[in-house]
Amino acid sequence: MTIVEKILAKKSNKERVVPGENIWVDVDNLLTHDVCGPGAASIFKREFGENAKVWDKEKVILIPDHYIFTKDKYAMRNLEIVKEFAKEQDLKYYYEPFTSDYKGVCHIAFAEEGHAMPGKVMFGTDSHTCTAGAFGQFATGIGNTDAGFILGTGRLWVKVPETIRFTFNGKFPKYVMGKDIVLQTIGDIGFDGATYCCMQYDGEAIGDLNMDERMTICNMAIEAGGKCGIIEPDQTTIDYVKARTDAPFDVYHSDADATYKSEHLYEAAEMEPVVAQPYSPANVEKAKNLEDVKITRSYIGSCTGGKTTDFYAAAEILKGRKTVVDTFIVPATTKVEKDLNEIKIGDETLMEILEKAGCLIGPPSCGACLGGPEDTFGRTHANEVVISTTNRNFHGRMGSMESKVYLASPYTAAASAVTGYITDPRKFMEGE
Amino acid sequence: MSDIIKGKVYVLGDDIDTDQIIPASYLVYRVDDPEESKLYGKYALSGLPADIKKDSPFVKEGEFTSDYTVVLAGKNFGCGSSREHAPLCLEKAGVKAVIAESYARIFYRNAIDGAFLVPYESAAKIFDKFSTGDEIELDGEKSTIKNLTTGEEFSLKSMGDAYEIVKAGGIFKYAKNKM
Repeated sequence: MTIVEKILAKKSNKERVVPGENIWVDVDNLLTHDVCGPGAASIFKREFGENAKVWDKEKVILIPDHYIFTKDKYAMRNLEIVKEFAKEQDLKYYYEPFTSDYKGVCHIAFAEEGHAMPGKVMFGTDSHTCTAGAFGQFATGIGNTDAGFILGTGRLWVKVPETIRFTFNGKFPKYVMGKDIVLQTIGDIGFDGATYCCMQYDGEAIGDLNMDERMTICNMAIEAGGKCGIIEPDQTTIDYVKARTDAPFDVYHSDADATYKSEHLYEAAEMEPVVAQPYSPANVEKAKNLEDVKITRSYIGSCTGGKTTDFYAAAEILKGRKTVVDTFIVPATTKVEKDLNEIKIGDETLMEILEKAGCLIGPPSCGACLGGPEDTFGRTHANEVVISTTNRNFHGRMGSMESKVYLASPYTAAASAVTGYITDPRKFMEGE
Repeated sequence: MSDIIKGKVYVLGDDIDTDQIIPASYLVYRVDDPEESKLYGKYALSGLPADIKKDSPFVKEGEFTSDYTVVLAGKNFGCGSSREHAPLCLEKAGVKAVIAESYARIFYRNAIDGAFLVPYESAAKIFDKFSTGDEIELDGEKSTIKNLTTGEEFSLKSMGDAYEIVKAGGIFKYAKNKM
């Protein structure tokens, strides 16, 4: 069996499961936020009663993150609704906005706070819930109705996915980031190339990546239609998790004779910086072939590209340089923001480097990754051309229907911010 | 759920994502308030590119429901976000069924588990055999869609075990029947 089949077998109390089989699983965590939490809570109450209690108040993780720093009255009301729900349900893990408990983007905070763990089954009311697959767990996005069902029962039915395997031999060059790796694979299999499937990433080169980079890869499984992304746990995973929680967990690996839907083999050293052009994450081209594309904005942030490793990479490029287009920096979480103020390259903090380069710094949240209310920091309002470390480049995704979004790694987004054109980051990386 | 659906069809192509179905800035409205949730109908498919909207708006300016009963599309319908507001906004606009060559899995699951609408799969690419505004008749029992304007008939795929949940009226009713 594959790692995902083993996890799903364990959580459905079966010896083994096979792809295509519908099973009921016990849920370890339900993750929700301010956009879908209110709907999930109202469905839960409609079906289980006004005074119903959730199946386990320590397993519901409520992390408001989407529309926080806005004056939009409906968005503010949603924050009140989830706050009220957390209070009445006595949820142990509610990270309240505008208090010291506030975290930011749920997928990254979920990991930082020690909720992501090998072997677990978790569902979230957000398509990028698949991020947690980086920890060797089954994690996938669902809608409000399914979430309401879990809130009441702690269970859900799933179809066991087939697994597509991506193996990377050797070592990645320094200029290739997790974002390039996942965009390349999405480009290779297509926008719907992994629909209903699990995308398993393995090989020596994947083992060299830190957890931030592994999260970037699993985060975008959904952009190929994937049900989940997964990376088998190793010492890097275990060290990260044990530094954050004492809770027990089970480590699974795919068997050598596991069956895959297809297997894709890559030489890591041959990978290059890539960009996904509008309007599909699968519309992938090498960055070096797009250097005539003029940009008007660079955006570095989100669950995909707003982690400490992402800003460190951007700062490596931007140190001692000036951006020539508006460059927006949105840390995923308050922890990442803290890192920006503490981690240094030379004698400057990452924050100092970014500020000196002329970047605009916003508060931790989902920001303009998905457009959002009119007053969202970094949102597009006209025909901007944005190079962005986010995850989607659909029509109107970052706000304005006339704007265009090119998806890239933080290295590429930073290099492009310096030149005003899409730029292969090797241009600014010595000795590569 | 009626097995026969008659009405006008709205025709789209491949890869209709959830931001086109309901842009993220509208996700703030309550889904459980009968009055406020009408806004989801108003903004259904409002993220489509301007040229499509100009030629034939899905929902007319100032209205909350659509003249179209069925949406017909190509591959990968509903890709992107897990927002349940996507099938919900189509339901609020008056859509009874979507027919696509294939679906992104979360949209498909949401449509069925929440009983918002029936997501049928066409047996082949057929969106080029229909024009927006054509009168159609969809027969769930026979798994066919007929273009009443041209007289052509096409087959739909069987829904397999998901059909039980559709018939039950969503995941809660299905689970109550089963348990």
